[in-house]
Amino acid sequence: MTTADESGPAARTGLADGEWHRLHPATPLLRGGLGFVAIVGIIIANLRERLVEWFLPGVCPPQGRACSQGDPFAYIVENGYALIAALAVLGILLLCIALFYVSWRMNTFRITDEVVEVKSGVLFRTHRKARLDRIQGVAVARPLFARLFGTAKLDVEVAGQDANVPLAYLGNTLADALRADILRLASGSRAASTSGSPAPAAGSLLGRRASELLAPELDPNLAPPESVVRMHPGRLVGSTVLSGTTVALLVVVAAVVVGLVITASGGRELVWTLFTFVPIAFGLLSYQVNRLLKFLRYSIAATPDGVRIGYGLLSTRNETVPPGRIHSVAVSQSIFWRPADWWTIRINRATRQTSSEGQNAQQSTVVLPVGSRDDVFRVLELLLPGLTEGGARDLFERGLAGRDADADFTVSPRRAAVVRWFSWRRNGFALFPGAVLLRRGAIWRELAIVPTPRVQSVAVEQGPLARSLRLANVHVHTVAGPISPRIGALDVVDAQALFRDVAEAAVAAAGTDTTHRWRASEA
Amino acid sequence: MSALDPDSLSENGGGEWRRVSPKFVVVDLLSTLVSAVLFIVGAGVPWILSGVPWLVVLPIAAFVVHALVAAFTPRRVRAYGYRLRADDLVFRKGIMFLRVVSVPYGRMQLVDLTRGPLARAFGLSELKLVTAAAASHITIPGLAEADAEALRDRLVELAESRRAGL
Repeated sequence: MTTADESGPAARTGLADGEWHRLHPATPLLRGGLGFVAIVGIIIANLRERLVEWFLPGVCPPQGRACSQGDPFAYIVENGYALIAALAVLGILLLCIALFYVSWRMNTFRITDEVVEVKSGVLFRTHRKARLDRIQGVAVARPLFARLFGTAKLDVEVAGQDANVPLAYLGNTLADALRADILRLASGSRAASTSGSPAPAAGSLLGRRASELLAPELDPNLAPPESVVRMHPGRLVGSTVLSGTTVALLVVVAAVVVGLVITASGGRELVWTLFTFVPIAFGLLSYQVNRLLKFLRYSIAATPDGVRIGYGLLSTRNETVPPGRIHSVAVSQSIFWRPADWWTIRINRATRQTSSEGQNAQQSTVVLPVGSRDDVFRVLELLLPGLTEGGARDLFERGLAGRDADADFTVSPRRAAVVRWFSWRRNGFALFPGAVLLRRGAIWRELAIVPTPRVQSVAVEQGPLARSLRLANVHVHTVAGPISPRIGALDVVDAQALFRDVAEAAVAAAGTDTTHRWRASEA
Repeated sequence: MSALDPDSLSENGGGEWRRVSPKFVVVDLLSTLVSAVLFIVGAGVPWILSGVPWLVVLPIAAFVVHALVAAFTPRRVRAYGYRLRADDLVFRKGIMFLRVVSVPYGRMQLVDLTRGPLARAFGLSELKLVTAAAASHITIPGLAEADAEALRDRLVELAESRRAGL
């Protein structure tokens, strides 16, 4: 058994050999990171005056008594409990170290050709296993605290709610190399790639930390160093300002102002107005600021093992999504973004996080926070390789902003204007070899793309109103996520044709899909 | 043609529509009855307690709704159907709100058999299909126990032979 710290071999880690290994020794400290800082903070706050006296004698005003009098430390010394207190502190320290050591000893992981396994816990043991061919992605997350220590968390994502297998924490270079190993094993290509080991960063420990903190979120050895989309800060700020959240914020502010004017005379109502709306305003504002901070360092690039998306300013996260793990893609544009022709891209993935990562998780379905039309096509090329070649650009252009029926798109009939007031000329679909395209919305434009190998099932529905209009809805079922690929108000005949075609295409595509071992044919 | 036609939707691939057991009409009616009693009593409470005459509308409305549901039960039960095609299962339900779903066998993640107390008294089971998409939800009620078990085994076998990734 070896210790997986930074002194270990870096590339081709040797950790993916089917043996049990341990994580970085500082793991328990980093996990309890914030709590530990809080305890130290409380101790320092209590002994503040004494510390000041020690280091800066004479600062305390000589008022006839020692300025540290009354603090717990002085009380202990004065009452002769010094020995007991020292022993107690020592005991607690030893206990902590022992617990840390035991929990570190018990936290082991193993990577074989088939599975990734993690065992952790002392009293309550957990044992998580992820089959490599079912991996939905591998993410390297670096929370701020762990970043300062040069460590990272490797999240092996499998299908399901919070179904991650976390390898926390590993050394920085080790985490990157191990990710490459896991992806290589999962891809089905058994041959080790020939890339040499990355040269260890020169310089002192401090210099290395600094360069790691400043380095871009893409490992230059494993991916083309430049991201295909450059995030312009101006565009990010502009798009954040021109969003639905801002509208909500303005509404709240307007409500507060109106409330203030109306209740200018009464005191109590004023308080209630502030109590209700100020927290909402703060919430909306902090959401906006978080979005800004998160996406300022956004990057997206292609790697041999799928798309790599990096984001985060202080706490960073860097996800690799192998091919065939994207269940649907939606390109959308709100009316505020139309003058600038900005678009955003979201995806549905089989892995979902709820609790642990908070708002980070909520936004991890966004693959392009904001981008021009060219950016959209560059990102789509990464997300849907093979679909965007040749004349497809034209088709997608029509999907993004076009309207009316043409050779590819079938749209709602005129009578659907009753239920699709503005968008009936645009509301339509196109069946493409390999994907279903659903085009919706005239004000809030959206193009949903579902790759046929990822279709789980398909439904056609008709209620009384739709029947009287000879319309029907089609719902293409994919894993749950921000995108719900359904198209309403189609002519009954068109809807039936779409249902039949999608059902057939889904069966055919599922039979020939090999993305669960995406590089098996190469080896 | 204004309505969806489930037959034309699933004509190719063979297999005919299989219906749920006619006994399910009785089960459904009984459960409607239970619900009717609960709702009518519940809606009647304000009227009895307060004595306000027009509140009698509430229990009457509850009664009318349940009577309508009961009146359409036989048709609704007849509208349930499923068809085992070569590569997928097609399921239909509803008259007013018609829904036709196609699930490729390879996409089934789980086949679930449940028996409620009422259905068990009539020897019926309910079969539930789960895929990776929550929206797929397919529940075939009112299958005779032996049929349900045979169907489950058949579906599991088909799913196994066409196993695909997510």
